[in-house]
Amino acid sequence: MKKLVAAMLCACLCLGCVSAMAETLTIGVQGPFTGAAALYGAAVRDAAEVAAEEINAKGELQIVLNAQDDEHDREKAVNAYNTMKGAGVQAILGTVTTGPCLAVAPLAAQDHILMLTPSASSPDVLDNDNNTVFQVCFTDPAQGTLSAQYIAENKLAEKVAVIYNIGDAYSTGIYETFMEEAEELGLEVVADPTFTDADTDFSSQVAEVKNAGAELVFLPIYYTPASMILKACHDVDYAPTFFGVDGMDGILTIEGFDVSLAEGVYLLTPFAADAQDEMTVNFVEKYQAKTGILPNQFAADAYDGIYILWNAAKNAGITSETTPQEACDLITEQLLSMTYDGLTGTMTWGESGEVSKTPQAVIIKDGAYVSAQ
Amino acid sequence: MIKLLETLVNGINQGSLYAIIALGYSMVYGIAKMLNFAHGDVIMVGGYVAYFAITSYMVNPWLAVVISMIVCAALGMFIERVAYKPLRQATSLAVLITAIGVSYFLQNAAQLLWKTNNRAFPSILNLGNIKLFGGELTLITSKMMVTLISLVIMFALTLFTSKTKIGKAMRAVSEDKGAAELMGINVNMTISVTFAIGSALAAIAGVLYSGVYGVQLTPTLGAMPGIKAFTAAVFGGIGSIPGAMLGGVLLGVIESVVRVYISTDLADAFSFAVLIIMLLIRPAGLLGKKVQEKV
Repeated sequence: MKKLVAAMLCACLCLGCVSAMAETLTIGVQGPFTGAAALYGAAVRDAAEVAAEEINAKGELQIVLNAQDDEHDREKAVNAYNTMKGAGVQAILGTVTTGPCLAVAPLAAQDHILMLTPSASSPDVLDNDNNTVFQVCFTDPAQGTLSAQYIAENKLAEKVAVIYNIGDAYSTGIYETFMEEAEELGLEVVADPTFTDADTDFSSQVAEVKNAGAELVFLPIYYTPASMILKACHDVDYAPTFFGVDGMDGILTIEGFDVSLAEGVYLLTPFAADAQDEMTVNFVEKYQAKTGILPNQFAADAYDGIYILWNAAKNAGITSETTPQEACDLITEQLLSMTYDGLTGTMTWGESGEVSKTPQAVIIKDGAYVSAQ
Repeated sequence: MIKLLETLVNGINQGSLYAIIALGYSMVYGIAKMLNFAHGDVIMVGGYVAYFAITSYMVNPWLAVVISMIVCAALGMFIERVAYKPLRQATSLAVLITAIGVSYFLQNAAQLLWKTNNRAFPSILNLGNIKLFGGELTLITSKMMVTLISLVIMFALTLFTSKTKIGKAMRAVSEDKGAAELMGINVNMTISVTFAIGSALAAIAGVLYSGVYGVQLTPTLGAMPGIKAFTAAVFGGIGSIPGAMLGGVLLGVIESVVRVYISTDLADAFSFAVLIIMLLIRPAGLLGKKVQEKV
């Protein structure tokens, strides 16, 4: 009995010293957990938690997350950033959407705090002055170019139309590079109507592309207007091939949305939840156990993001005592030299913070993503 | 030619919805002499009530519309009693600001209650399409129904205000509140009924807006159609029932034509420019009566 007690005491003491000795890395997670883009933010937060739990189970450098909601609003984004800064986060995984990122990135650069954005894909995010921002996702221009290449290479259509949001930097950015590449590759763009955030009626845009005889409609827009455009096309019995980019991700999870409308929609994404490699299977299983839904690309980017930060911090020897400013320099140095092999592909980073990796196309079948190849 | 026809049909369809909302706006203005800026948000509440009735309680869509109308009518009367009635003698500016306050209150309450994520409303009218000119022109039957519904509502309201006792009381109150009271008309009750009818119309508009036009429910859903309907009501002559109808349809057609033949981005700018021009050349609106104020 005495021996047992002694052993237990000893074990307790040892556990105590492990936890006292374990170094921690505090990461801020910023994104829209409520609001119109809530699906993205919630996916990022949940996936970051999955990654942190996995890492913390290893018993090495521990991760503490500090998640703040920015509601996809620039002003609230600044508040969220200040809250995290006040709490002393050593690096930020965020922001999730481009608008808030543009508001926060200059502040982070000023304070010299590293931001790794899982999904803010505008090149403006990597503006010269925002020298502390790195991306996990590819930039908008890259998406436009890659989409045009994919459509041309796989001969999806000859007559193409684009419907895009003229009031949104994300949408117009992809549109411009798509048009350039389409011209280069000889794709005929027969119509390119626009809409704005205030628009709720898409019948005239749909009529325009329909009358122009487009066989494929490219939608470089977010899933909310995309879902309304799909419905408007369905209403007038117009069924071209639809091709979206990463903003289309999430269309299957809108409450009450008739997913049969999205049947056959292509989208370009670096991540497909049905992939059979060990890493994807493991992540999908844990994410589903946590949230009950299949992870989307945002979740995968965030999961990679936490691992990237953790690897960089571990290799640089960051401890609980490292200031955010020191951590920023150390992680930057690591990112520029490292190659990370994650869920969303093999990634390397350039001086500007831009990532290089290859996307793949998925197609929606029976309400789920399936690899298009 | 077909393109023009298609544009006009789309415009009339969209305009009919504005007309239904504008009818409610206009009635309330005509009788209570106040701009009820919260009208747009009642549309939103109507949409949500029907949505939850259909998706959570598996209610038949038609019954859901009725439930939504009843809830909104009660809400309209409640708003009037709590927020506007105490201000009956106050300046019109105070009432206007209060209405804006009520509008924000409803939006924020909806965010708290129903969260801010988008919800897609189930399609309630699936009637197929009518093809004309060898399939070149597609008429969406469900949207044509909206036009029909708005016409029915307009005629019903016209009959109601000219034939029934309470309708006549409304007209009397709209002409002279004081004199109507002296004639034994219960002014408070009349105004209450007006709000109930206006809000019930908003509920119908909310259900049609999300159920037929496919606009997803959000707590700020009603803001834009509310402003558009206000424009339509002023355009047609605020206070006039056929005016609201005409204004709504014309506004929809103007928007649609601008969108197709000029620019998508300028459609809203044009609708509001129409409002400004109208106010400059015919302040009373197309069918509005010019009332001479005695000083």
